[in-house]
Amino acid sequence: MMSGFFYLEEVTHEEKNAWILGIAAVVSYAVYLVLVLGRAAGRPLAETPYVAALLWTVGASIVATIVLSILVAVVSKDGAKDQRDREIGRFGEYVGHSFVVIGAVAALLLALAEAPHFWIANTVYLAFTLSAILGSIARIFAYRRGFQPW
Amino acid sequence: MVKPTRVTNSLRALRFAHGQLTQAELATRLGVTRQTVIAIEQGRYSPSLEMAFQIAHVFGVPLEEVFQYPEESS
Repeated sequence: MMSGFFYLEEVTHEEKNAWILGIAAVVSYAVYLVLVLGRAAGRPLAETPYVAALLWTVGASIVATIVLSILVAVVSKDGAKDQRDREIGRFGEYVGHSFVVIGAVAALLLALAEAPHFWIANTVYLAFTLSAILGSIARIFAYRRGFQPW
Repeated sequence: MVKPTRVTNSLRALRFAHGQLTQAELATRLGVTRQTVIAIEQGRYSPSLEMAFQIAHVFGVPLEEVFQYPEESS
């Protein structure tokens, strides 16, 4: 417990944000999967209603990320962003970006093959989720283990 | 991305030689977070050349007294 407090003290606001974004992405996607797979109940997945679940979980994830980030900034009285934060932020974006591209290419191929909308939408959603999770992991890694941009 | 840097630094010694300047005080003077000063001191982050000069100016020493780049022992 003490080490937990110590950790929070030693972490910049941006590293906390990386944790919040990563966890929000994992939790919201897990909730979405439970909702959609729960509704599938035997019928083909592609015919399962997913649109409302997708929009609500994405919306909740965005709102939760913003609210938690503000709360953490208020509680820990920081929020400053310096050169290292900006460089690590860019590195995280760079890592996450590749998954957005992979998702877009996969969605394009599915669309060309006239795959059901269900699969196209879910491919894009999965890619966004993976992008957020891996981008956050890359940022946390850079904060913890070291980051040598030059 | 996490390959260790060969750059070493004397930040800790310089801080103590300059009236026990704390990491927080140094961070304020550089306009960065305390965590960034800690990361530089521990070799987890290589600052930009500009920030390196700013650190040297804070201590009033040449750059090479703050950062060193040892010759490769081959």
